[in-house]
Amino acid sequence: MSLRPRVAIVGGSLSGLRAAEQLRAVGYDGSLTVFGAEPHAPYNRPPLSKEILAADLGGDPVDLAGRTAFRQRASMGNVDFLTSCAVESTDLTNRTLRTATGDVHHFDGLVAATGLRPRHLAVPGPTQGRHVLRTVEDCHHLRSSLTKPRRVVVVGAGFIGCEVSATLRKLGHAVTVVEPAGRPMERVIGSEVSQAIQHHHEAQGVQFILDTGVIGFEGADRVSGAVLSGGVVLPADVVVESVGSLSNTEWLTGNELDLSDGVLTDNHLRVEHSLPMVAVGDVARFPNPLFDDVPRRVEHWSMPTETAKRAAATLVALLTGEAVGKTPFAPIPSFWSDQFDLRLQCFGSPALADEVRIEEGELDRLTSGLLVTYHRQDRHVGTLAVNLTGARQRTLREAFTTLVPAA
Amino acid sequence: MNVTVDRQLCQDHGQCAIAAPEVFRINDEGKLEYNGTPDDAQREYVEEAADVCPVQAILIAD
Repeated sequence: MSLRPRVAIVGGSLSGLRAAEQLRAVGYDGSLTVFGAEPHAPYNRPPLSKEILAADLGGDPVDLAGRTAFRQRASMGNVDFLTSCAVESTDLTNRTLRTATGDVHHFDGLVAATGLRPRHLAVPGPTQGRHVLRTVEDCHHLRSSLTKPRRVVVVGAGFIGCEVSATLRKLGHAVTVVEPAGRPMERVIGSEVSQAIQHHHEAQGVQFILDTGVIGFEGADRVSGAVLSGGVVLPADVVVESVGSLSNTEWLTGNELDLSDGVLTDNHLRVEHSLPMVAVGDVARFPNPLFDDVPRRVEHWSMPTETAKRAAATLVALLTGEAVGKTPFAPIPSFWSDQFDLRLQCFGSPALADEVRIEEGELDRLTSGLLVTYHRQDRHVGTLAVNLTGARQRTLREAFTTLVPAA
Repeated sequence: MNVTVDRQLCQDHGQCAIAAPEVFRINDEGKLEYNGTPDDAQREYVEEAADVCPVQAILIAD
């Protein structure tokens, strides 16, 4: 290591920002460079499917990024934050990385914080009129296509698909959701609750075509229809593809890391390598002893903040040759989703459950409040609150404190 | 320290009340109440509350 250590954080969104702030917070005073691929300072993405998508405002992507820019801690003044500076490759043995513009940077410690990118449907047909939603550019592009009432087809009924559908329906567009596998958000929240939320969306005029895929698009130079797996063509002016994400790990290939689904780490977010290296945010695949010892990526908004704190401590220990802290890292997964007049707040990992219990409320009166718990082999693994007061969140969250004993 | 919550942005998610319960509270009506001039000993928790606010409505001034 050089006299003054150099840490490179690759990824300039929330994960990169939090990693930098937390490294400073734990006392790391070496050089710190964040390599961000986007041309903007870190901004908050959840509003892109809700408030920012719906807001009646002009503005280009720079304005949108400014409106949702993250507050940054004062310590960020002592960080080199590079934008429009994607990292193309890295050589962990020689501790160098190469940017897309061909510059080579040396480092002593590395943080992988490159996050995800949306998956696109790989089907034939025109590409104009087809959208994904991850960046302010995506959001701006989608907003620009919605200047008059449109026939919108949303492919994929996950959380983003459901939020976008609700937002666009509220704006007066005709919205049809096409989902190839199951009901809205079913994989996470279970079939009963999923069906109730589907009914709520339908009551607001959203249409669902379930267990049906999109196999192509029609149209000369832009989309005029979505070809469904049964052969029917669904007329469409605008298509939103919310069909999952891919981890941005290509820049790490060639270093013999496990990149099969994000970046594999141990419970302390350390990447197995002779180089001091950690991963942060939704690209990190780590085991959470609240549930079991299976490493998983977690795509929740809260993950960058939670993982950055621990990863910073781990990286500093690795850089200084001290022992990595032994306390198990057991963050309580937590996420929310706003759809029409429903707020879904979730704690734990309901997707792991084999049993769903309705504890309070009625499925056909979601706006009045619903509390659902999720269990795996009789162990409480998740909680979903629909339209329950924030005053109860602390109690609901604190139900998850007991670790699964190590095998 | 001085803390301000932008009420135009705040949606009463309540994450701040989990991170810094001495400073932020969701009342029985489900609305946020907070102490705008907390003791400096609360700084770490207030910083965390500002970090975890889904709508980034919490501003900290020294």
